Amino acid sequence: MGLKMMRATALATATSVAALLGGAANAVEIEYWQYFFDARVTAMEQLIENFEAANPDITVTMTHFPYADYRTKVAAAVPAGEGPDVVQLFYGWLNDYVEAELIQPLPADAFPAAEIDATFFPMVQAMKEGDNYWALPTAVRSLALFYNKRLMEEAGVEPPTTIDEMVAAARAMTKVDGAGNVTQVGLTAGMTAQDHHWWREVLVRQFGGEPYTDDYRTVAYNSDAGIAALEFYTGMAMGDEPITAFGFMDEPQAAFRAGMAGMHIDGSFRIGALNDTRGLQWGVTELPATNDGMRSNYSSYWVNAITTKAEGEKYDAAVKFMQYITSDEAMQIWLDVVGELPAKPSVGMTDANANDEVFGPFIRGLAYAHTTKFADESGQRQLMVEMVERMTLQGMSAAESLAIAAEAEQALLDDYYKK
Amino acid sequence: MDLYRNLTIRQKQIVWAYAFLALPILFYSVIRFYPTGNAILISFQDWNLLGARTWTGLDNYVKLLGDPVFWQVFRNTFVYLLLGTPISLVISFIIAYHLDKTRFMHGFLRMLYFLPFMTSAVAMAWVWRWFYQPVPIGLFNNALASIGIPQIAFLNSTTNALPSVLAPAVWAGLGFQIIIFMAGLRAIPRSYYEAAKIDGVGWWTVLWEITIPLLKPTIVFIVVFSSIGFLRIFDHVFNMTTNNPGGPLNSTKPLVLMIYETAFDSFDMGYAAAQTVVLFLVLLVVSLIQLRILRDR
Repeated sequence: MGLKMMRATALATATSVAALLGGAANAVEIEYWQYFFDARVTAMEQLIENFEAANPDITVTMTHFPYADYRTKVAAAVPAGEGPDVVQLFYGWLNDYVEAELIQPLPADAFPAAEIDATFFPMVQAMKEGDNYWALPTAVRSLALFYNKRLMEEAGVEPPTTIDEMVAAARAMTKVDGAGNVTQVGLTAGMTAQDHHWWREVLVRQFGGEPYTDDYRTVAYNSDAGIAALEFYTGMAMGDEPITAFGFMDEPQAAFRAGMAGMHIDGSFRIGALNDTRGLQWGVTELPATNDGMRSNYSSYWVNAITTKAEGEKYDAAVKFMQYITSDEAMQIWLDVVGELPAKPSVGMTDANANDEVFGPFIRGLAYAHTTKFADESGQRQLMVEMVERMTLQGMSAAESLAIAAEAEQALLDDYYKK
Repeated sequence: MDLYRNLTIRQKQIVWAYAFLALPILFYSVIRFYPTGNAILISFQDWNLLGARTWTGLDNYVKLLGDPVFWQVFRNTFVYLLLGTPISLVISFIIAYHLDKTRFMHGFLRMLYFLPFMTSAVAMAWVWRWFYQPVPIGLFNNALASIGIPQIAFLNSTTNALPSVLAPAVWAGLGFQIIIFMAGLRAIPRSYYEAAKIDGVGWWTVLWEITIPLLKPTIVFIVVFSSIGFLRIFDHVFNMTTNNPGGPLNSTKPLVLMIYETAFDSFDMGYAAAQTVVLFLVLLVVSLIQLRILRDR
C-alpha cells in the first residue's frame, strides 16, 4: 500500500513536471495593455480566460494603469521593445500611433477588409487604409437621453421623441425659487460634459447644417444652421423661462444622479453609475428627433491594435487574440459586463439587444451616428465650452461667438494636419 | 591603492569629502539638471510624445508670443503672485503677532492655524468648490439666498473666479508662514523691548522701529517662498475647475496648468517645454529681484 502510494505520487509528480516543462516550451506569452476602468478590466479578464481555455498554448498578461499615464507609457515602452503586443487606444489617436510606427496593420487574410466593411458598423471604416485595417474595436459608445421617471410622473409628462416635446417636458420639470434661482432643471446642460458632441454632431445637423466637411479637416458649422443650433442651445439656459442652468450642481451627471434634473444626455458608459445610484428611477430613450423625424447621434470607441513589438510566434498569437476580442462572443460579454455596445450590427441588432430597455436606445442610435475625427479632443471641446461662456458671461452674440470658435478650431485642425 | 596610501591626511580628508559630495551631485545631475537641460532642448523641437523629435528652431517661442491665451495666462500668474503674496504676508504677520502675545490656549490656537497647511490641497479645493456652488447645493449661496440676497457667481464669472480660487490657497499657506513669523518674533532679543519700555515709546513705534526691521530676514524668506509658491500654483486651480480647467474663459488659468494641458492633453511637448522655459526664467528673475530689493543694505 505504502509502496503503491509512493509510486503513484512519483508518477504523478513526474507527469506534472513533464506537463509543466512541455507547456513552458510551447507557451507563447503576449501582453495586453489598457487603461484602468473597473468594468473594462473585469470584462477583459473574462475574455482572456476564455481565450486561454481555447488556446492552451498562449498566455495573455494584462497590464493596466491610470488613463493619465497611458499614452506616455505606451510611447516609452514599445520602441524599447518592452510594452504590449496588443494595445488599446482611443480612435482619435490612431494617426499619431501609425505615424510613430507603434502599431502595425492587421493582416488582410485574418481581417479581410471587405468582410469587416460588411459586418461592422460603418464608422469603423475610419480605421482602414487601403486593403488593411489598422485597428478594430470590441465595443462602441453612443449618446441617448436619460430621464428621471419620478420627476416625469410628478410633472405629468412622457419621455419625449422630438426636440419640441423635450423642451416642453423640460419646462414642466423645471423649478425656480422666489428669487428666480433655478432649483431643479428640466434638462442638464454643459459643454464640458457630452453636450459638445450633441451640439456638433446632432444639433448642427438637425438645424440643417453640417459640422465639418473634407473628412473633418474643415470647420463648416459657422453657418446659419450653426447659429440657430447655438441659439437654441444657449437659449435653454438664457431665456426668460430657463429650462436648465449651466454649471447647475457642478456637473450634469451629478445633478441627474441626485434626482435634481428631469433629463440628461449622456453616453452608454454612464449606465453602470446610474445603476449604482440608490433611489433613482431612471429610463432612457433615443436622442430627440426634429419634427420631421431627422435624427443623429455621436459615437466613439476604443480600438485594439497589434504593436510593432509583436514578431514571430508572438505576432501569430497576437493575431489570434485580436480575432477573439473582436468576435461576436467577446462583444456580447463586453456589453453585459461594461455596458458598451457591440461594434457589429449582427451582435448589437439582435432582437434582445436592440429592444433592451436600457441598451436599445443606444444601439438604435448607432445606426445613424457620426464619429467626429478629432485632432485634439480636449482642445476642440474647450473651444465649444468657451463659445458658450462668451455668450453667458460676456454677453456676446451667437454669431460672433460662433465665428471665433470656428476660426480657432480651423487653426487647430490646420496645425495638426500640416504635419 | 598605493596612490591613496601616499596621500597626506589632509588630502585623504578631501578625497573622502568629495566621495560623500559625489552622491548628491550625482543625484542632482540625474534628477534635476539632466531633465532641465532636456526640457530646454525639447523647447526647440516638435514632439508629440510618440514620434520622432524634429527641430523647429524658434517656432515654439514665436507661437508663444503670438498666442493670446499665453498672455492671458501670464497675466493671471502675476495676479496670483501680486495678490497672494502681500495678502498672505500681512494676514500671517497679524495673526503671528497677536498669537505671540496670547497665553490662553496658545498651543491649541497655533495648531488650528497650522491644520490647513497639513491638509491635502486636493481635498481642500474640492470642499471649497462645493462651498462656492450656486443654489441649491452651494453653502455660501444657500446662505445668501436664505436671507434674500442675490447669488454671487463665485467660480462661474470671469472676474470673481480668480480671487475665489486664490482664497483657499492663501488660507492653506497661512499656517506655515505663521510658524515662521513666530519663530522670527521669538528670536528678537527681549532687551530691545525692555529698553523701549523704559523710554516710554508707543506700540506703533516699537512695531515699526524694532519688530519689523529685525524680522527682515524672516520676511525675505517668506516673500521668496510664497512668491515661488504662487507662481507655481496648480492644484487648487485644477481641482476647483476640473470640468473646465483654468476657466471660465481662461480667467483662472496659471502658467503651470497651461503647460500641463499643452503637454498631456494636446501632446504638444515642444510647445509645453517652451512655456516651461518661460516659467523658469520668470521664477529666476522674480527671485533675483526680491533678493536684491530685500537684501540688507
